Amino acid sequence: MSAPGFTHLNSSVSYGQNPTPNGCQNGPGQTYQSMHPPAGCYGAPPQQQNYPTIPALPTSVPNKAPATNSAHGANYYWSNQQQHHHHHQQQHHLSQHHVAPSPYNASLSSDAPSQPYATVPSSAPPPSNAHYNQQPLQQHPPYAPSGRYYGPQAYHAPPAPPPPEQQQQQPSLVPAPAVGPGAPIHPIVSYPSAPGSSQFGTLSSFQNAAAHGVMPTQMGAPLHQYSNPRPASTAAVGQPGPTVNGQGSTGHKHYDQSHQASLSYDPYGGVLHGGGGADRPPSGTPSNSVHSSPGHHQGGDTSSSSTGSASPVPNNYDNLEGGSYPDSMPPSDHMTNQAAPYGSYGYPGMPPAYHQGPASLANASPSHEPYGQSGYQPYSQPFPSMSQLSTALGGLSGVPELEVEALRPVNLLQEKNLLPPRALEAPEPNLSPELRKVNCSPQSFRCTLTSIPQTQALLNKARLPLGLLLHPFRDLQQLPVITSNTIVRCRSCRTYINPFVTFLDQRRWKCNLCYRVNDVPDEFMYNPVTRSYGEPHKRPEVQNATVEFIASSDYMLRPPQPAAYLFVLDVSHNAVEAGYLKYFSELLIDNLDKLPGDTRTRVGFLTFDNTIHFYNLQEGLSQPQMLVVSDIDDIFIPSHDSLMVNLKESRELVKDLLTSLPGMFSHSKETHSALGPALQAAFKLMSPTGGRVTVFQTQLPTLGAGSLQSREDPNQRSSTKGVQHLGPATDFYKKLALDCSGQQIGVDLFLLSSQYSDLASLSCISKYSAGSVFYYPSFHHTHNPAQLEKFQRDVERYLTRKIGFEAVMRIRCTKGLSIHTFHGNFFVRSTDLLSLANVNPDSAFAVQMSIEDSLADSSLACFQAALLYTSSKGKRRIRVHTLCLPVVSQLSDVYAGADVQAITCLLADMAIDRSLTSSLSDARDALTNAAVYLLSAYKSNVSNLQQSGLVLPASMRLFPVYILALLKQKALRTGTSTRLDERVFAMCEFKTQPLQQLMRMVHPDLYRLDDMSDQGALLLNHTLVPQPHLLHLSAERVRRDGAFLMDCGNVFYLWIGKSCSDVFIRDVLGCSSYASIPENMRHIPELETVLSERVRAFLDWLQDKRSFCSSVHVLKDEASAKAPFFQRLVEDRSEAASSYPDFLEHLQQQMP
Amino acid sequence: MAFTFAAFCYMLALLLTAALIFFAIWHIIAFDELKTDYKNPIDQCNTLNPTVEKVKKIKRIKIAIKLVLPEYLIHFFFCVMFFCAAEWLTLCLNLPLLAYHVWRYMSRPVMSCPGLYDPTTIMNADILAFCQKEGWCKLAFYLLSFFYYLYGMIYVLVSS
Repeated sequence: MSAPGFTHLNSSVSYGQNPTPNGCQNGPGQTYQSMHPPAGCYGAPPQQQNYPTIPALPTSVPNKAPATNSAHGANYYWSNQQQHHHHHQQQHHLSQHHVAPSPYNASLSSDAPSQPYATVPSSAPPPSNAHYNQQPLQQHPPYAPSGRYYGPQAYHAPPAPPPPEQQQQQPSLVPAPAVGPGAPIHPIVSYPSAPGSSQFGTLSSFQNAAAHGVMPTQMGAPLHQYSNPRPASTAAVGQPGPTVNGQGSTGHKHYDQSHQASLSYDPYGGVLHGGGGADRPPSGTPSNSVHSSPGHHQGGDTSSSSTGSASPVPNNYDNLEGGSYPDSMPPSDHMTNQAAPYGSYGYPGMPPAYHQGPASLANASPSHEPYGQSGYQPYSQPFPSMSQLSTALGGLSGVPELEVEALRPVNLLQEKNLLPPRALEAPEPNLSPELRKVNCSPQSFRCTLTSIPQTQALLNKARLPLGLLLHPFRDLQQLPVITSNTIVRCRSCRTYINPFVTFLDQRRWKCNLCYRVNDVPDEFMYNPVTRSYGEPHKRPEVQNATVEFIASSDYMLRPPQPAAYLFVLDVSHNAVEAGYLKYFSELLIDNLDKLPGDTRTRVGFLTFDNTIHFYNLQEGLSQPQMLVVSDIDDIFIPSHDSLMVNLKESRELVKDLLTSLPGMFSHSKETHSALGPALQAAFKLMSPTGGRVTVFQTQLPTLGAGSLQSREDPNQRSSTKGVQHLGPATDFYKKLALDCSGQQIGVDLFLLSSQYSDLASLSCISKYSAGSVFYYPSFHHTHNPAQLEKFQRDVERYLTRKIGFEAVMRIRCTKGLSIHTFHGNFFVRSTDLLSLANVNPDSAFAVQMSIEDSLADSSLACFQAALLYTSSKGKRRIRVHTLCLPVVSQLSDVYAGADVQAITCLLADMAIDRSLTSSLSDARDALTNAAVYLLSAYKSNVSNLQQSGLVLPASMRLFPVYILALLKQKALRTGTSTRLDERVFAMCEFKTQPLQQLMRMVHPDLYRLDDMSDQGALLLNHTLVPQPHLLHLSAERVRRDGAFLMDCGNVFYLWIGKSCSDVFIRDVLGCSSYASIPENMRHIPELETVLSERVRAFLDWLQDKRSFCSSVHVLKDEASAKAPFFQRLVEDRSEAASSYPDFLEHLQQQMP
Repeated sequence: MAFTFAAFCYMLALLLTAALIFFAIWHIIAFDELKTDYKNPIDQCNTLNPTVEKVKKIKRIKIAIKLVLPEYLIHFFFCVMFFCAAEWLTLCLNLPLLAYHVWRYMSRPVMSCPGLYDPTTIMNADILAFCQKEGWCKLAFYLLSFFYYLYGMIYVLVSS
């Protein structure tokens, strides 16, 4: 029998084409064998019942089957049509089976009793359609002994199945299909990837572990079930099969185990088989249990926790039998587990696959019907559910309440309380709950419109910008990291597989960006999380919108570079005066061990005034050697291998150098700065490896290439006419930055200067090399402790934060959308590719999008940002974020999904660009116009209310406040005295700060602290965190008798009113009275009072959410101190800007 | 029929316009490549800009001074020729383009070398689209003027 089976298998194999895989599978199969025994141990019998659950799988299979059925059916007698996809898999299975069979046979023989099983096994093979074939073969082998029947049956079945008839015969066939789905998977998984095989082994072990006794049985059961299916052909057989399963399971178990998923399928298959004929019904319960068991297996192993299903399964079965299949369908188990996810994910394809499976089932069912009619029903029912799922997937399932609220017209002239009580959250895209659950976190990936308009015309009509705000490398608490030989990507657009793709069946997926249908590689069939096969949709890549891959050498142009840090330090007289060197050296010594890197980490130092000083830190020297190069017009590197040294080897020398550095130049009288040549030297030094260059500069560069002249006219600082010199004076820094970018060198600039230093020109060095810019105006180590403190905090974070080297980021989006412009620090290498020499967790990017073709064909639009970088440990990694959003055709839906914060940030970026290419006043006008256009567009298109006044949808009600706040920012304000460097720095921050941080800078959060209560407090880690209400940024809200906290992102201002209660001052600040509060209080003392604990809990909670630590400034209500606080009350009139009511009035006048 | 200076100007302009047409086509192709991927904008700007570097000066100039600046110079050159030949109508037809060239070069981004295109901004969709449109318009203009010069040359030859 087995022999025939094999022959069949062979034939099937030919179909499968996967023959080669088979070979692989064989190996696995062997492993399986080992597995099988355990299965046997499990005491398959009970599990066999579980197998019945397997039917669920079959159901799923059936779904797939339909599609495939025709084709497969033709080819395969199996009629398992479904198996089409599976064919390959099946082949594998077959091969595996073949291999396994012998062992199995042995095991089977032991199981011999399983002859019934044998039948079952045959059915089991069927599960994977191909499998069926294979299974028969395999089964045969195992069966051969006991299951000759099967063998024959299986064979018979195939023949019978041939086209339509097959179905009828299907009992056997049917089972096969069911099996097929599962089986294919199994084979694929295990075999393809050697790991898989091992995994299988592990899986088996898992199963064993999970329910050793049970598991095996289950395992076996599936097989048995399969056999059952075949038996199904012999109706009786099928039923026995279940019981047999235990036995069959041994052999089959392998399959199951190997493919946990598949197992589950198999079980289903088995169930189906059983169910297929009468099997289902009989096995129905058992099968249910089986299903659950599979699930259990998986769960037990890893994920299939759903297993609880065991019990559920039976229920399902009952349901199925009862005809409740549709709902509780075993498929539901698997389906729900698997299919449902798809559905939820909006895997349109997946549902189909399932459908096919069901179809196959249906096909089989006919045959089965004789056996077990009920089985069919369930299956058929699944279909509807599937379709429902798919429609739900469409993402159109609305959240009416939310939408209604977002669309509620708000009359800005009448409603004064616009702020929500708590900090504004990103709006939820109007997607089905399943999709929403897996969608990318808004902190990493946010779109200005959470409902994408269908056409550019609609977008234009809405008068809102379409764009993405990305924070791709932010520190994450949880990140699935995937190591895999093959990273599954679309073959035409190279999109990484993600939760929003559609699985057409087990072997194919449809890209959600370009809609190409791709094959699922064999390796992908194995799920490392659940250690099961045949569940590609349960892989972590498909369960998480943010994942990280460990990339293979395909993703390298050269071996991953070591972490390399070069510090370029200004040691001119000016720098010595400012006194940063001492603090920097101390911080670096303290953090030497925390520098991200591994044993290859390299460091180097370079100082400059009017000459360039290199430091030889070669291991073995007794002390660092300074090499001075004074020819700054033609810079050269005095020594090539000893200037950048291995940190580990030369650690002591580095420490020596850092300790002595501050003293070495303390008497320097050199006032010139040759920054340009120093950067050229740094470039030459770093070119061979790439890495990070950190530049500390304290004045305008005055010597050599890149020297600059002062361009700022202090009298123009408060000009309302427009601001000159926002752009670079020379392209030297830009060109150098591009060269650096080409050599994977990122340059970060720390500018500590009290004089004008032309940041507009200097910042180019960081802008185009993907670095970051830090600016400390008026830095002095004694005169300006606030800046010193900030400097220390920033440097510490800077030195220890994560870093990625030689990175590129590509942003892909659904066909029809295209990228218009990028904002941030990087070099744009092609229309969708950013070259980032370094990438750090604190910088963000923005992308303006346009809609080139109508998106009417699809209901979902997806965006994927893939960041390929070399970690500090020398690993090449790819971090992938995928965002999925619904596409809408109604203007009101567009407004309902508008994300006012994201829009504000994107507009800010666009305004910065505009002020550079055109003029500042243009940029300001454009911002005001953005508000005017939105108001008039909403008025004329959406709002039916003919009321006068300014009406906006609730989702956008804060837009005018934010625009006004933007206009009052340092970057964009006019009329108020603003130093050019500070303005330029504010512009740099707009471009690179993540959204949350930027919004706090633009529109700080204001809270009243003295009357905080525990009402509505959050309980976090056993600490109550009070949640005071947000207040409008207006002096009206600030009372003399209160204490107010303003959260500006990088600083907290705690303003204490003149008549603030002494209790608060005493309990929180530890001062006896208002008068005794010191002038420069910079921290909140840790007092053991309720009030103090509340305030500190709240501050800590706010602090927790940001990477740079913010300092607290306690401000008294005195003219000298309160300026920074009142300056940020953006709704009030300032010396040169209007108040919010005035601004609204201005908007109203501007409206046509 | 006599071979006048005006006729010579037209003949010269005819030849040079053929060269300009070639430049325009080259320009269009280059930007199209850039847009449809996947050419590095640094390379792009290096070939479009006449970059003059100390070391590879001569070679670079020969290769790189191909496009923008030469185009402007050629156009300026035969405008001067027409001026000398007192072909006022032809000159008037060319003045708008001459003015555009002057404006375009004056408003170029800050660069230390001759050239128009900044690799860091060229990937901006607006700038890219503008450059492409510019290429097509120039191509059309040069094509029309080619036939105009042909006609002008024959007319001058015949009438004199």
